[in-house]
Amino acid sequence: MAGYLFRRLIQTALILLGVSFITFVLLYVLPADPVRQIAGRSATAQTVENIRAQLGLDQPMLVQYGRYLGGLVQGDMGRSYLQKTEVATLIAARLPASLLLMAGGIACELLIGLSFGVIAAVYRGRLLDQGLMVTSFVAVSAPQFVIGLLLLYVFAVQLGWFPIGGYGTFAHLVLPAVTLGIMGSGWYSRMMRSSMVEVLRQDYIRTARAKGLGRARVLIRHAIPNAILPIIAMIGIDIGIFMGGMVVVESVFGWPGIGQLAWQAIQRVDIPIIMGVTMVSATAIVLGNLIADLITPLIDPRIKLR
Amino acid sequence: MKKLLLSTALLATTAMPGFAQDYTPDPNAQDGGMITVTYKDDVATLDPAIGYDWQNWSMIKSLFDGLMDYVPGTTELRPGLAERYEISEDGTVFTFTLRGGVTFHNGREMTADDVKFSLDRVTNPETQSPGAGFFASIAGYDGMATGETDTLTGVEVVDPKTVKITLSRPDATFLHVMALNFASIVPEEAVAEHGTDFGKHPVGTGAFKLGDWTIGQRLVFEKNADYWRDGVPYLDGVTFEVGQEPIVALLRLQQGEVDVPGDGIPPAKFQEVMGDPAQAARVVEGGQLHTGYITLNVGIAPLDQLPVREAINMAINKERITQIINGRAVPATQPLPPSMPGYTEDYAGYAFEVETAKANLEEAGLGDGFSTELYVMNTDPNPRIAQAIQQDLKAIGIDVEIRSLAQANVIEAGGAGEAPMIWSGGMAWIADFPDPSNFYGPILGCAGAGEGGWNWSKFCDESIDALAIEADSMTDPGAPERLEMWSEVYTKVMEQAPWVPVFNEQRYTMKSERMGGDDALYVDPVSIPVNYDYVYVTE
Repeated sequence: MAGYLFRRLIQTALILLGVSFITFVLLYVLPADPVRQIAGRSATAQTVENIRAQLGLDQPMLVQYGRYLGGLVQGDMGRSYLQKTEVATLIAARLPASLLLMAGGIACELLIGLSFGVIAAVYRGRLLDQGLMVTSFVAVSAPQFVIGLLLLYVFAVQLGWFPIGGYGTFAHLVLPAVTLGIMGSGWYSRMMRSSMVEVLRQDYIRTARAKGLGRARVLIRHAIPNAILPIIAMIGIDIGIFMGGMVVVESVFGWPGIGQLAWQAIQRVDIPIIMGVTMVSATAIVLGNLIADLITPLIDPRIKLR
Repeated sequence: MKKLLLSTALLATTAMPGFAQDYTPDPNAQDGGMITVTYKDDVATLDPAIGYDWQNWSMIKSLFDGLMDYVPGTTELRPGLAERYEISEDGTVFTFTLRGGVTFHNGREMTADDVKFSLDRVTNPETQSPGAGFFASIAGYDGMATGETDTLTGVEVVDPKTVKITLSRPDATFLHVMALNFASIVPEEAVAEHGTDFGKHPVGTGAFKLGDWTIGQRLVFEKNADYWRDGVPYLDGVTFEVGQEPIVALLRLQQGEVDVPGDGIPPAKFQEVMGDPAQAARVVEGGQLHTGYITLNVGIAPLDQLPVREAINMAINKERITQIINGRAVPATQPLPPSMPGYTEDYAGYAFEVETAKANLEEAGLGDGFSTELYVMNTDPNPRIAQAIQQDLKAIGIDVEIRSLAQANVIEAGGAGEAPMIWSGGMAWIADFPDPSNFYGPILGCAGAGEGGWNWSKFCDESIDALAIEADSMTDPGAPERLEMWSEVYTKVMEQAPWVPVFNEQRYTMKSERMGGDDALYVDPVSIPVNYDYVYVTE
């Protein structure tokens, strides 16, 4: 176990190193000049070159990357080009909101997705099954912007059950988390359904039924724990998908997460912020996957980590 | 519009000796109350040397003051922290006498040393101010820009209440420059304390001071009870909520949670709002010093031929393009917007004449048409406008390929001179100050035509440049001869058709029922978008 963890952590570090290098190269070759954004439209060539030199952007790419990496390992993500504030401060101010929204989103998608999947599997082939599967297909396909605005309009503006966007209380979290959850729930309900259908065919289910266990008990004690295994690995991957979806949801609900920060930085070529958010997101994804892998043997003792 | 023109005439007669006509206090104004204003984009900084965004421009105006200022809701200059000023006969020496008893938010009295410090700071390359170039006419600027000196030789502290600023050449726009946010007076000790984080801990002399700032969520401005202008601000404070989609801000306004949506009425909701009398009554419309245009790169064949550029000018149906944005604009004939001094009233521009346009192409030997590219920023409604341009040009045989990109990429392509045509929407020129020179230098003059410059047509005519320099060397910004010269500059530019001026956008915003104050304050042409110091609540 310790050996496994050690190997995985080394792997994680290498992945993050790769991510940082690829992102840095992509931003470097991008046909947009951050210095122009800083210098403004009335700047002379002299001013532009001054700023370029001050930021070290006149150096070769590998030198720039080396400097960035050197700072990063010491925990220094640099300062925003346009805000002049430390990137770490900006991300730290927004990260809790993003993590909260992600947790809320995952909870919602599991709640909706798994229950849909279980019900559909139990009633497979019947109208209820088909109805749920069509619903989940629509949920996967609908743009989040539309779902978000729709929920906002119905439950916040018309019914007044929730605040119209913003951040702070549990009530603020519900609608954005449900919006995120609806997107993810479609995949989960389909995965869960097929996984359940598979499990329900197994001999041990028939044995359990034959022992005279009630239907509900068979489902909860025997079928669901086995069917849920492939789903857990998905949660790790999901974190990555969420990072993308959160930009939209954050902006509809005025949620102060890192998605909005990244989006604005991309518009203005504020490279330190783009790099910072990418590194934080990549770390979250890699750690999410690692945790998912570590949890699996706790649920299924047959799986051993080597 | 008329009001603006009138105020310019006033400016012409009063700016020279010293006193612009001041603002008459609103007799109905009431003290007290907080309002809520929303913006989509986060506030990057409140440092007046750095801030250059839609959302922070008027916030900075409320936190800081410069030596010069504008009468609220107008483009008319008035003295700010300077009580009065004198201009030497040759127009190169400005002597400002500061007001007494003005204190910064930290309680210290403002003196001439602060003026010197602030101007040195904004022009110091270390500060990386996007506004540094505006101060180029101050003697010693070049030494600052190259890093040879660390102080402007042209700014001299005569005594604690007097500052003498010497210019290296007469500059008609200098008083406007001293009214820009970039010329705000900041206290040295606060800058020293917070360093590059001064933008998050602003200390000025303005009508409001920063109370609380929760990054990414909200900023709270509190009334500066010691503000040096009597009677204002009326409000106890303003809460700015950021990260709010304009469409959600509108919903919240309808629910009474928001008083002013800082980004205005979203285009998709415009007709719905205007169709509802109750809501339409709270809509405020105002002109802005803005022109939307297509640049035609004079360095790329066949746009290097004048008949081709004229043909493109005649082929664009500007009326139809204004309809795409729900008629929220008026068709343009020239680079200057109609409310700008120096606008040429009787210049009709290129008429919409498809047949003449075709004949022009024939004349250029391109009767069979040609292919070219149009760069456009990828946010609505710009790609739709690009499609309309594409269809118009198709009608005269020009095949246009649309390159829809992020703003920074379009700017890069424009600066590099790679783009044959660019639609300026989303990046268009909103004037920094109400003077005709502001539409020339960087976007039509030779100075901006170099690699990386904002003159995307790469148009450079030295005789027009000379005329522009001559006009700006006059001392009185509003002198009729000067405005006449600027009118001539833009008419001459249009003769060579490096642009298709398409429309001048009007600004439409809304306010909640309880908001009071002149409508002009909500579409202030200078304190963009809202003049927080003079609005009030009626309940």
